[in-house]
Amino acid sequence: MIEVKHLSKQFGAFKAVDDISFSAGKGEVLGFLGPNGAGKSTTMKMITGFLTPTSGDISVCSNNVLTDPIKTKKSLGYLPEGAPSYPDMTPLSFLHFIAEIRGFRGNEINKRVVDAANRVNLHSVMNRPIETLSKGFKRRVGFAQAILHDPDVLIMDEPTDGLDPNQKHEVRLLIKEMAKNKTIVVSTHILEEVQSVCTRAIIIAHGKLLFDGTPFELESRSKYHNAITLTVQTDSPDTLSDQLMAQLKTLPSVDSVENITTEQGKASFSIFPKKGASISKEVHSCIKTNNWEIDEFHVESGSLDEVFRDITTSSDISAKGALT
Amino acid sequence: MNNILIISKRELKSYFATPVAYVFIVVFLMMTGVFTFYLGNFYERGQADLQPFFLYHPWLYLFLIPALSMRLWSEERKSGTIELLVTLPISITESVLGKFLAAWGFTTIALLLTFPIWITVNYLGDPDNAVIFASYLGSILMAGAFLAIGSCISALTRNQVIAFVVSVVLCFGFILSGFPLVLDFFSNWAPQTILNAISDMSFLTHFNAIARGVIDLRDLIFFISFIGCWLFANVIIVELKKAD
Repeated sequence: MIEVKHLSKQFGAFKAVDDISFSAGKGEVLGFLGPNGAGKSTTMKMITGFLTPTSGDISVCSNNVLTDPIKTKKSLGYLPEGAPSYPDMTPLSFLHFIAEIRGFRGNEINKRVVDAANRVNLHSVMNRPIETLSKGFKRRVGFAQAILHDPDVLIMDEPTDGLDPNQKHEVRLLIKEMAKNKTIVVSTHILEEVQSVCTRAIIIAHGKLLFDGTPFELESRSKYHNAITLTVQTDSPDTLSDQLMAQLKTLPSVDSVENITTEQGKASFSIFPKKGASISKEVHSCIKTNNWEIDEFHVESGSLDEVFRDITTSSDISAKGALT
Repeated sequence: MNNILIISKRELKSYFATPVAYVFIVVFLMMTGVFTFYLGNFYERGQADLQPFFLYHPWLYLFLIPALSMRLWSEERKSGTIELLVTLPISITESVLGKFLAAWGFTTIALLLTFPIWITVNYLGDPDNAVIFASYLGSILMAGAFLAIGSCISALTRNQVIAFVVSVVLCFGFILSGFPLVLDFFSNWAPQTILNAISDMSFLTHFNAIARGVIDLRDLIFFISFIGCWLFANVIIVELKKAD
């Protein structure tokens, strides 16, 4: 439903978006990841028709954004960064206005407004000026505005930014609930969000697309993916850790073992598998045969933070290289 | 057309949701009164007409209209709602027209609220109501021209103070463009045809012509095309600078 081809945007000498291509279909929740100023918002602004690309093509629901902007905007719901709305209006009058602009008439207006307000739990503040509302409610007004016409494509720029953990949770639930029959694009720099709501992740840094795949694929790029953290109880940690390291290293699927900490009565280790292998069984049977006293046994899913840093900073170096 | 009305309606409502509308109307009515009775010597002249009332309208508009128009686009920019407005399924032309019509409609409301003075002059004497009607029409058209300048300038900046000051200066220039104060700027280097063009732009000349009761098609066309040009520029500016 969204098709982006060779999209670029130049601001003066600065290339904000550099030859990005991707597509997203129905039922997908696409997560835009990237450091601040990476080009996430710029890309979203071009998809929604707010910014005109320097080059490239965008189509939404098989309408071209550049040649047929009004038609495209009809099929889009957009929550801009910071969820701007008119501060002196009430949510009720604001949503009314949006419904009218979206082409609803008569009873349908009220129905749509009430429906959207209910979905984001706005009804308690419908008649208060938006400027007096809390940040969470303001965000919900933005949400209601974006989903009011039940668009096929929903684009949200940092929907959970600045919300408290409960509100973040609510927003994620809402996104998941709507995901079934829509294409949703969210940008974020919170990695856990990608794991919890997105079906696909795209990493952008310095305007370039650096990764496009599932959150699982992203995790499996991590050194810690399927690694095991093991804490063993012992009276003589030093001798045990030598023995343990030697033993574990002989296991066929284990790539390496690192001693994290050795303190009084305890020793912790990270055990890394060979690429793509799962080692929990091997490690477990090894523990059994040696009769070690286990305090903690934990299979890591992978540190997204680390992968993210890896991907975005390695491009730092290449970008610098290109400059010199 | 429908979208223009929806935008206008929202904009007009927002005037009345804030004190802007009431402050504007009260100040406008007070000032017209002050100008008419003290500076215009409404009673002392002993004539049943509204000339002293309309005489000061250009000067009143000079400060009041930019105060009204400065927020039209600056505020959208500053609060980020321009991103919302531009990504709604309406064209920028519709937004520009909608906002302009709301401001113009509002000024017209303020102007029509001066009706007691019309009643007064009819009670005191026997004025030529056709001239008064023409003057009202001229005043509304002139207000529209001021507003079109103000709307266009406000699209250039997110700072309302800058929008206000620049609009006042431009409006001042157009009020007096037929007079030496403005013409002397150009007379040294510009050819005569340009000088003539500039002096033909004078609001005062066109407004006074209509206010005398002569509704000349040329004066109407002047104001309407003047509004059209500035709004056209307004659309282009919003289009080019929406994301800045």
